[in-house]
This record gives sequence, structure tokens and C-alpha cells, in this order.
Amino acid sequence: MNWRNKEKFIHGILFIFAISSIIFLTGIVIVLFKEGLPIFHRIGLLDFILGKEWYPTYDPPDFGIYPLIMSSLLVTFGAMVIAVPVGISSAIFISYILPAKYKNFVKPIIEMLAGVPSVIYGLFGMKVLGPFLADKLNLPTGLIALNAAIMLGIMALPTIVSIAEDALSSVPRSFRDASLALGGTMWETIMKVNLPIATSGVTTAVILGMGRAIGETMTVLMVAGGASMVPKSFLLPVRPMTATIAAEMGEAAIGSPHYHALFGIGIILFIITLMFNILADVASQSFKKKVSAR
Amino acid sequence: MSRTVSKRHRKQKIAFTILGLGLVLLLVFLLLMFYFILSKGLKVISWEFITQKPRNGMTEGGILPAILGTLYLTLGAVLLATPLGVLTAIYLTEYAKKGKIIRIIRIGVNNLAGVPSVVFGLFGLGIFVKYFGLGVSIFSGALTLSIVILPTIVRASEEAIISVPDEYRKASLALGATRWQTVKNVVLPAATPGILTGCILGIGRVAGETAPILFTAVTFFSMRLPNSIFDETMALPFHIYALVSEGTFPAKQIPIAYGTAVVLLTMVLLINLVAITLRIRYGDKTKHQ
Repeated sequence: MNWRNKEKFIHGILFIFAISSIIFLTGIVIVLFKEGLPIFHRIGLLDFILGKEWYPTYDPPDFGIYPLIMSSLLVTFGAMVIAVPVGISSAIFISYILPAKYKNFVKPIIEMLAGVPSVIYGLFGMKVLGPFLADKLNLPTGLIALNAAIMLGIMALPTIVSIAEDALSSVPRSFRDASLALGGTMWETIMKVNLPIATSGVTTAVILGMGRAIGETMTVLMVAGGASMVPKSFLLPVRPMTATIAAEMGEAAIGSPHYHALFGIGIILFIITLMFNILADVASQSFKKKVSAR
Repeated sequence: MSRTVSKRHRKQKIAFTILGLGLVLLLVFLLLMFYFILSKGLKVISWEFITQKPRNGMTEGGILPAILGTLYLTLGAVLLATPLGVLTAIYLTEYAKKGKIIRIIRIGVNNLAGVPSVVFGLFGLGIFVKYFGLGVSIFSGALTLSIVILPTIVRASEEAIISVPDEYRKASLALGATRWQTVKNVVLPAATPGILTGCILGIGRVAGETAPILFTAVTFFSMRLPNSIFDETMALPFHIYALVSEGTFPAKQIPIAYGTAVVLLTMVLLINLVAITLRIRYGDKTKHQ
């Protein structure tokens, strides 16, 4: 083989490996739909999504995942209420205010926190935060939506802080210098110059944090309580989609309606996180354009 | 004039304090969490705890099978994912022309990184356990986990390859080497430390993953160590979950869960520390060049 053909051959081989991510993504979609579609045939997509009763083991069983979807959304919303303000202010503090020598110390710590396994957060939420909440709020149990929201908020923080910090730091320094030279204080510069430029980058961070929170499984399985009712308050147990799949797949016989229903939940979950990812991607593209164009 | 200036500065001071409080709050919460886990778990840790099998229906003895299980799963996943990730990164950085193809592949990688871990579990169950008939086994679990960490390895390898100075490539190409020879003999050796860092980060991430192995690899209770990659296995993160939620003797089992948590946490944090130290060192080196 002469070298030109060899190069072409290698190019081809590398291309096949490079599309592996797309192949896997396609594979996930195919498997989810293959195993999940039977439930839609059985009860219909709308009844599946909007049905208010989830009693998969009753006779006859009920497969309505509306309470599960609402639980996931409630818990994710609560997590964002905590994580967005704390995360963005931490990111601002780290990128503009903290002296460089501390920054080199704090950033790796936050990255390391992203690596703490979710079961560890779950264990803490279950055994420490749970009893604490039950005691302080005078509740029969501390394994409630609020607990899950707090733990998920903490877990989403490393993602939000480190991506938002990257975005804030990549705003060209000349912008800041110009504002300071005009007599603005550092705070005014941050609020009126840097943050507006970095908005789309910070948005990316928040969306990715949300994606992480809604897809998180073990922590919510351990701390959310597991009651499959339409959630009415942060102080009641809930059962998000991820926790339902994780808790029930072990009991569901392969090929049973329950098994297909759990894959059906997987489809809905996958679509929701896919939308988050696409939004995050759009936001990050627009940020890149903004920073490079000016 | 001077009064408004001092007022603006006071405003800045207040704002900075509030921002700083956010960060302090985060760090305090995390310290608190580590403190609780360590204070309850360290008591349990002993040589026996990490070298013996569980006894008396998971109420006594050690967690050796879970440690080994996590080791097998993690190493298997990284061995499977590394070639795939590095070759993807080589294609993206050295071969592909800028444009649609790169964009599509990158969207694929990003979306794969955002797939919830439990969905990977469903995928593994559907395809490896059921369709390929590998059963609930170390092999199925490692295959599933390898897809989970693929994006981490692709990104780290890409960064490592991009940071190799362009002069290296030009010098090699000018000497008459082909693109592949340049990649193989010049770019990859220079990028190896960065790629290694990515693999180590991947190990750290995957060692703590529970949901992807829930339906594909793990079992709560196993008297013996796994004999082959087609056996099911215990694993550290699942062991913690199982002990606190399915255990029947909480008084004896919850301390074991804390001990297991300390072992897992130490493992993961050490792995991350190694990766971060490597990166800081390696990053400094490229700056000097």
C-alpha cells in the first residue's frame, strides 16, 4: 500500500471511531424506544404522561407518570433556587475578586467536589440532613422534596460554578480596564460590563446544572421519600422519574408492562435532558460568537 | 463628589461580602458533609474491613468483594473507553476539516455527556444484558460504564492534543513524515500526560457511578469473589445504597455503610487529586516551552 492510500485508510478508520458517540446515542434511542413503545401502544402516550395514578403492581395496574414528572420538576426547580444564586455569586467571586493564589486553590477543590459520588451525597441527605429537617420542621420524616432539592442544589453547584467561572474569566480584560479607567468601581464594572457579556455563558452553566439535577438518580432515590403522588408541597415525600426507574427495575419482570413502562419513563427523561443539552449548546455557541466577534 | 464615591465603594464592599458568603456557605456545607461521613466511618475502618469478606448476612466482616468489584468494573470501563476516546480526539483535532462533521460529532459527545446515568443503565440492560445475552455481569457493567466516561476521555484527550505546539507537527511534516506518522510519533507522545490525566479523571468519575451498574452488574450479597467477567459482582457505591436502604439490621449495617463511604470517598478523592496535580504540573511544563 502506498502512503497516500494508507493515509486515506487511516482517515477512514479514525472517522468510524469518531462517530462512536453518535452511534451510542442512536443506540440509546433505539433501545429506549424498542423497550418503551409497547407501553404507549397499551395505554396511549397522553394517558401515560398525564395519568395521575402510578400503581404499576396493582391489578389492574395504573401507569400514569404525571406525579413522577411533577416530582422531578419540583425537585429540580427547588435545586435551582438554591444553586443559581449561590453558584453565580461564587463564580463572580472566584473569577474577579479572589486573589490569584487562592483561586488556584479553590478551583481544584470545586472540581474535586464534582467527583464526589452521588451515593455519598445520598447518604448524607438520608442520615444527617433528613433527621435534621424532620426535627426542625416538626415533620414525621425528613425524606421529602425539600431534602432532595437541597442535596441536588449542592450537587449542581460544582457544574454551575466551574462553567460560569470559565465564561466570566473569558471576557476580555480590556473591557474591564476600560470601565475601570472611566471611573467605575469594580462592582459596577462586574454588573454593567462583564455579566451582560457573559450572560449566555452563565446561562449555559445554569442549564447544564439543571440537566445534572433532573437526571440525578441515586441521591433522589435515597432522600426524596418515594411517595408517588402529585406533589403538593416541598415538605412531602416525592418520587422523581429517575428514582422510580432505579427503584422498580429490579422487581419488574423483563417484558412485562411494568418493565416497558419504566423504559417509557426513560424515553421522557431522555427527551427532557436532550432539550436541556441542545439549549445549553445553543447558548454556549452564542457566547463564543459574542466573545470572539468583539 | 467624594461622598458619592465613598457611597459607591461602600456598596461595592457590601456586594463583595454577600458574594463571598455564597462561596463560604458552599465550602462550609461540604466540610460539614465530609466531617459527618468521616466521623462516623473512620471508626469502622480497619485492616480487616478492607481485606475480608462480609460475614453473618452483611452485619460483620469486611467489604473486600465490593472493593474488588469496583476495581474490575472501573478498570474494564477505562480500558474499553480509552482507545475509543483517544482515536475520536485524534480525528477531531488532526484529521477532520473544520465544519459540519466536527460540529455534529461534538454535539454527539456533549449530548452523551448529558444523558442521565439511569438511562445508561436502561441502555445497558436492554442491549448488553438482554440483547447480547451477557447477563448481569462485570462485562455488561464495564461496557455500560465505558460509554458513560467516553465523553470525559474524548474531551481531555482533545485538550491534550490541541495543546501540543504546532511547530512539532510542522517540523515532522517538513521532514517528510506522513500525517499519521506525525500523529503517532510526535503528537501522541507529547500529549500522553494530558491523555493520562483524562483517563484518571474518568476512573474517578466511574468508580462512584451507581445507577448505570444497578441493572447491569451488581448484586447486594455475594459470598464469593467473582471468578470471571461473566459473574455478577458487589460494588462500593451500590453497597452503601443497599446497606442503608435494603439492609435488615440497620444498627449493625449502617456503620458498615459509613465505613464503605469513607473507603469510596478516599479512593475517588485520591484519584482526582492525582489527576489535578498531574494537570497542574503538566500545564506548567507546556507554558515554559
